[in-house]
Amino acid sequence: MTAWFQSFGITYEWSWFTATLIGILVIALPLMLAVAMIIYAERKIWAAIALRRGPNVVGPFGLLQSFADGLKVALKETIVPTSANKGLFLLAPIITFTVALIVWAVVPFQPGVVLADINVGLLYILAASSLGVYGVIIAGWSSNSKYPFYSALRAAAQMVSYEVSIGFVLVCMVLYAGTFNMTGIVEMQKGHILGFVNAFGLNPLLFPISVVFLISSMAETFRTPFDLTEAESELVAGFQTEYSSMSFALFWLGEYGNVILMCALNAIFFWGGYLPPFDWAPLYAIPGIVWLFIKMLGFFFIFGWVRATVPRYRYDQLMRLGWKIFLPLSLAFVVLISGWLMLTRYGA
Amino acid sequence: MIALLAFYLFATVTIASAVLVIFARNPVHSVLWLILAFFNAAGLILLTGAEFIAMLLVIVYVGAVAVLFLFVVMMLDVDFSSLRSGFTRNLPFGLMIALVLLAEIVIAVGAQQAGPVLARGAAAPAVDAVSNIEALGTALYTRYLIPFELAGLILLVAMIGAIVLTHRSRGDVRGQNANRQISRRPQDATRNTRPVSGEGVTL
Repeated sequence: MTAWFQSFGITYEWSWFTATLIGILVIALPLMLAVAMIIYAERKIWAAIALRRGPNVVGPFGLLQSFADGLKVALKETIVPTSANKGLFLLAPIITFTVALIVWAVVPFQPGVVLADINVGLLYILAASSLGVYGVIIAGWSSNSKYPFYSALRAAAQMVSYEVSIGFVLVCMVLYAGTFNMTGIVEMQKGHILGFVNAFGLNPLLFPISVVFLISSMAETFRTPFDLTEAESELVAGFQTEYSSMSFALFWLGEYGNVILMCALNAIFFWGGYLPPFDWAPLYAIPGIVWLFIKMLGFFFIFGWVRATVPRYRYDQLMRLGWKIFLPLSLAFVVLISGWLMLTRYGA
Repeated sequence: MIALLAFYLFATVTIASAVLVIFARNPVHSVLWLILAFFNAAGLILLTGAEFIAMLLVIVYVGAVAVLFLFVVMMLDVDFSSLRSGFTRNLPFGLMIALVLLAEIVIAVGAQQAGPVLARGAAAPAVDAVSNIEALGTALYTRYLIPFELAGLILLVAMIGAIVLTHRSRGDVRGQNANRQISRRPQDATRNTRPVSGEGVTL
């Protein structure tokens, strides 16, 4: 698109700038729509598991439920508690929301269709997702209230703990892929298993690691069974207790944006991203973005399924899982996988 | 043009937030300004083309160190007036550190102006021949393997030392034993009875 703008006589820099801006809008706006639809989908999944009907009143099959909720939230009054730190209080949801969006810059939707095809894509994702915790911490602290503060402390500890094991999991995956570039990671999965299956996840050495990543990504997005930051029986609503109106909605949008992102990352890192499941020519006729969406929806179903069925962890159990089980396990797999690759791929 | 704009944006925000770290009255605000300074420093590093270092700065400092820092500062019960009373007493010491840092920066810039540092006759690597990550990895794991491993070992020792110093088993605390909790079965704790009406049950 940069070239197209240049044909109007605009300099390269400004045509790149405009093209990138349009690219951002093309990703961000459908993402907002996707969040609305995914909330509806999740409520339908929970309803099906609990043998209920779920939202079915607003619009055909209740499809417009999320939009009705959004409209309701937007029309409410934004309440800022008098003892709250006003600037930070309003900044926190903006941080959460922004961070949830910026990570999408490096997600490849199809071969070559990615906003920023940088060679440190994976590190960018780690960097951006590590910023996400600030929204929660700042919200909890600036509310100047007990429960949000507890929630912020829990969130900080949880996020830092699980980022450690996520880091090692990704090291394992990168050892196989040999690159930090997201498109490169997906392309390396082409015919990975027996020259036919496009997925790292079915590799016996990487399958346990992919499960660790799936569970860690639930912890990273504060989803059940790890939603201790908003455990309603202990902390009212956690860090968002004092929030109302659009500031509350921004937390929700950010949270679900992160969930969709984690589904995409699970699909990209271990299950072939935009590649079809099998390396068979007719399957490539379907555009890559469709395959990516199918995989993302599959992971989203798992997320919803877990949320509907698994009871919440205790905080010490959460920490034990992160530090005493996932960390040694992923560390052992780093050694195992690098040893195996030295024997087979890089040795001799 | 855009790179220049970005440079001035990052540079201005870095300096402004660094100043605000010192002048903010609330320690939590100070830490938040510090985080902003880190983040903009990463932006500056990114502009020089060292994308790997920039990402590491964000992951390590913004994502982990500053979070723990914020964590501690938020929980401190700080008396603000006593914090400021030591200002004049600590001023000479602070000025001395600032002077040393300034001198080091001047020396570093001067040395860099005098000519690039080439380690013992090694030729400078061809620019753009390999990616930054590859070049860094090759350098770290071949030429600088022993210093790198030593740094890792020192960190490991420090980590173990911190755990040994702070961890103590207290007799008066009942901990959670996950294995015992998991291996517990319903029949160990409950009993099915068929009480006869009017007889009551024995507990």
